[in-house]
Amino acid sequence: MSIEWTAFTPWAATLGGVVLGAAVALLLLVNGRVAGISGIVGGLLKPLPGDIGWRLAFVAGLLLSPLLYTVFAGAPPIAIDASYPVMTLAGVVVGVGVRYGGGCTSGHGVCGISRLSPRSLVATVSFIATGFATVYALRHLGGN
Amino acid sequence: MPLLTAFVAGLVFGLGLVVAGMANPAKILQFLDIAGNWDPSLLFVMVGAIAVGMVAFAFARRRTTSALGLPMHLPTARAIDVRLVGGSLLFGIGWGLAGFCPGPAIVALGAGYAKAGVFIAAMLAGMAAVDRISRK
Repeated sequence: MSIEWTAFTPWAATLGGVVLGAAVALLLLVNGRVAGISGIVGGLLKPLPGDIGWRLAFVAGLLLSPLLYTVFAGAPPIAIDASYPVMTLAGVVVGVGVRYGGGCTSGHGVCGISRLSPRSLVATVSFIATGFATVYALRHLGGN
Repeated sequence: MPLLTAFVAGLVFGLGLVVAGMANPAKILQFLDIAGNWDPSLLFVMVGAIAVGMVAFAFARRRTTSALGLPMHLPTARAIDVRLVGGSLLFGIGWGLAGFCPGPAIVALGAGYAKAGVFIAAMLAGMAAVDRISRK
């Protein structure tokens, strides 16, 4: 392991994390809802009456956030190297995984650990472990 | 009012992801590449978010309703079982393949990246498939 100091952005990362935490606090303390993205989106698949609006409003906010960012700071840096077939496969695997696992990086990784939930800690360790393993296999095993 | 605050929460959440660099799959993959040129930034995102989140959840725990008088929906599941671990292990594989998890993918779609849209469509199909199987 060697740390890539030029890519490492601790200040922006911490600031972004605090902003993210503020959004979690807002949704929790004002709307009474946990900001787990997979749960919010998943709840739209079999919607209950009266439980749709806030989910759509939250997703609309997420969709518009890069536009707001662009107004003040220019286009956000986003680089997607994976091909369309890989994106499709990854999407299906993520969808199945978060639905069985009951959450993703936001619901388990941020909200769950903030609540000191052992369940979320186990989930977070699990998905980070296979995330490490998958990237290791793709980048460091095989011919290249 | 709940719609407006949920919208603002989504907007702020997305801004946080962008500022943190977490809407960028290339940066996520650099974090997941511990054997390569490792970028530990994601850990700092989690520390920042959890620091604020812990205060919010500690406060929420002592209340039954939100500031708008809505019921406080806190997760009740406690089981550490095959579904939780298996699902999370699977999620990590997909995360490592694309560098996307659900939130950043939605933000990248908003920024106009078609590949993020494909990822989300596939993700919704995966979620729907689980719901279909689980209902039986």
